[in-house]
Amino acid sequence: MGRSIKKGPYVDAKLMKKIDAIAASGERKVIKTWARASTIIPEMVGMTIAVHDGRRHVPIFITENMVGHRLGEFAPTRTFKGHVAKSDRKR
Amino acid sequence: MPRIAGVDIPGNKRVNVSLQYIYGVGPSLSEQLLTVAGIDITKKANDLTEEEINRLREYIDKECRVEGDLRKEVNMNITRLMEIGSYRGSRHRHRLPVRGQRTRTNARTKRGRPQTVAGRGRRRGMAKK
Repeated sequence: MGRSIKKGPYVDAKLMKKIDAIAASGERKVIKTWARASTIIPEMVGMTIAVHDGRRHVPIFITENMVGHRLGEFAPTRTFKGHVAKSDRKR
Repeated sequence: MPRIAGVDIPGNKRVNVSLQYIYGVGPSLSEQLLTVAGIDITKKANDLTEEEINRLREYIDKECRVEGDLRKEVNMNITRLMEIGSYRGSRHRHRLPVRGQRTRTNARTKRGRPQTVAGRGRRRGMAKK
């Protein structure tokens, strides 16, 4: 089920504060954040946000197409290196 | 055999059923269209008059996205997901289920026919040696 429209999109309050600060003053700064559940709002377009993936902050450049998605969608938490090849599989 | 929305030729079934042969028309939309066009649902598709068919065509052209257009839209949405580097996009790229389903077993619709991998079957559900 989607989020109620009445509430508006969820953006972490602290992240929002930083976004506003950067938008107001000089830009070109990477914002570190752990708020993976925050929705990407139009104000973030053009910024680079480093989203925590559990280990490090993955820098993500926000484009227009990403608006409406969550920050976490762009910083995968799992690394899949592929399955073991057939021959070295035993024991 | 009437022709509606391009290539679709629904057969000798009731109209509400035969309309569903169009990609993008399901049970509810089909019923809705017929009510708007004022056509009896129980009528067979073959028994429709030319005028009724034209009315249907008109409504479908005007109000719905069906067949090619719809497919194109769906594909564009998927391409968008892949281009912006989202998790869902990467699931599409790897042909794996997108909505968090398990992949240890099942997920056959997305992954296709099972491929046998040596030493896989025994392990599941067994206590560790």
